[in-house]
Amino acid sequence: MKMIAAVIKPFKLDDVREALSEIGVQGMTVTETKGFGRQKGHTELYRGAEYVVDFLPKIKIEVAVSDDKVNDVIEAITKSANTGKIGDGKIFVSSLEQVVRIRTGETGSEAL
Amino acid sequence: MSRVLLLVVALFPGIAFADEINSGDTAWILTSTALVLFMTLPGLALFYSGLVRAKNVLSVLMQCFAIACLVSILWMLGVYGLAFGDGGSLNQIIGLGNIMLSDISLDSMSGTIPEIVFFMFQMTFAIITPALIVGGFAERMKFSAVLLFSALWLVLVYAPVCHWVWGGGWLSDMGFMDFAGGAVVHINAGVAAIIAAIMLGNRKGFPHTPMAPHNMTLTVAGASMLWVGWFGFNGGSALASDNSAGMAIAVTHISAAAGSLAWMMCEWVKYDKPSVLGIVTGMVAGLGTITPASGFVGPMGGLAIGLISGFVCFFATQYVKRVLKIDDSLDVFPVHGVGGILGTLLTAVFYANSFGGLATDEAYSIISQLGVQAIGVVATIVWCGVITFGLLKLVDMITGLRVDEDEETEGLDLVLHNERGYSM
Repeated sequence: MKMIAAVIKPFKLDDVREALSEIGVQGMTVTETKGFGRQKGHTELYRGAEYVVDFLPKIKIEVAVSDDKVNDVIEAITKSANTGKIGDGKIFVSSLEQVVRIRTGETGSEAL
Repeated sequence: MSRVLLLVVALFPGIAFADEINSGDTAWILTSTALVLFMTLPGLALFYSGLVRAKNVLSVLMQCFAIACLVSILWMLGVYGLAFGDGGSLNQIIGLGNIMLSDISLDSMSGTIPEIVFFMFQMTFAIITPALIVGGFAERMKFSAVLLFSALWLVLVYAPVCHWVWGGGWLSDMGFMDFAGGAVVHINAGVAAIIAAIMLGNRKGFPHTPMAPHNMTLTVAGASMLWVGWFGFNGGSALASDNSAGMAIAVTHISAAAGSLAWMMCEWVKYDKPSVLGIVTGMVAGLGTITPASGFVGPMGGLAIGLISGFVCFFATQYVKRVLKIDDSLDVFPVHGVGGILGTLLTAVFYANSFGGLATDEAYSIISQLGVQAIGVVATIVWCGVITFGLLKLVDMITGLRVDEDEETEGLDLVLHNERGYSM
């Protein structure tokens, strides 16, 4: 099992959710977050006091999937979250040790 | 009793008692009282609180609210008497008497309005002036220090200056012109604010750390209330419901509009983008600067004063923030202080008929009036400056002025008031 975390531009959330739905990924966790990579921040100005704001709003999507779905998920996210401009984000894949469905107690791939 | 008197006066038109009550005047000043209180609660309160960080939003609201309450009581207990009473041999410098309003009855008159109405109207000016100073020490001053300082400042700075200008003191004897508070309110508040900013020291992290306004929508809402309320501030200072109130409102409004656009243009040219904070600050500059001149100039004067104030206060703000690097957090001195000084001096210029002003004396001399205005400006700055400095030193010894570093980082709302502005 793998945990896939994708940091994307906020306005791309709906597109990514639809793309994941289409390949059969039903559940996800979404967090509002901030970050930057190569994308520059912006400047804000208040009565002559200038501030450079580095951190940009982002959305982090986390999905837990079985190993055989990983490539499909990566492809789906990459296609739907892509704008071609700096700041599109990154996908991180990490191993998932255990998954439990709280309501029923199911574990492992049955809980995915 | 008063009905009998009125009947007697009506039967004997030759008898002149104190001015008779004029219901138009009284209605207007009653209304203006509400408008000017509205300028503080919630106008200024919202304007200021939107500009600070979220962790300090309540502290600003609390300070404005508490100052309003405190000043109200002190005004009644005796400060009104200091400002407007008859000081006898001391009347050039201060008034006396009327402790606990002992000299005001239901029937007492002040010109054509009941004195109790005049008392209330003037109270709203006494409230907003120390409230304005909050902008100079926002986000770092102890609440106890704010209360103590504001109370002492009211008595030792506001009351005397008010008396000199409006209460029959030496400045009014000299012919000093301040229609609605260029010196009494704006120069006073501006000077006190910058001294407080310097003595308290800059906020931790100023000027490199971003300390952006947390909610500009509150600020714009507050600014709008200030514009509307100012009709009472300047229009009400005519103390009559008449053409002079109408003209005062007209020039006030034009100056607000002109100041807004002037500041907006400055930003557009210098920074490529006009901002909403800029336009409302320009509005405040226009309103503050026209205040002393509002009963003396014509519409063209209003326009000129508004435009000039937008430009001058814009550059003054840049200078204080970027060159002097003084953390007058909400720019009280460059807007109210500089605006007040500018407006007080420009009053002499635009009063003249040649500049569309309302001067009636053909022998009116701009130069000589300018001299009088300058004396008033300097006297206010010096008195306010020295006493404010002394009071802050005193308050520092009694309660301490500034919260400590950790408290400042945590935020005043939680640390001083055990409250959160927003729980989302």
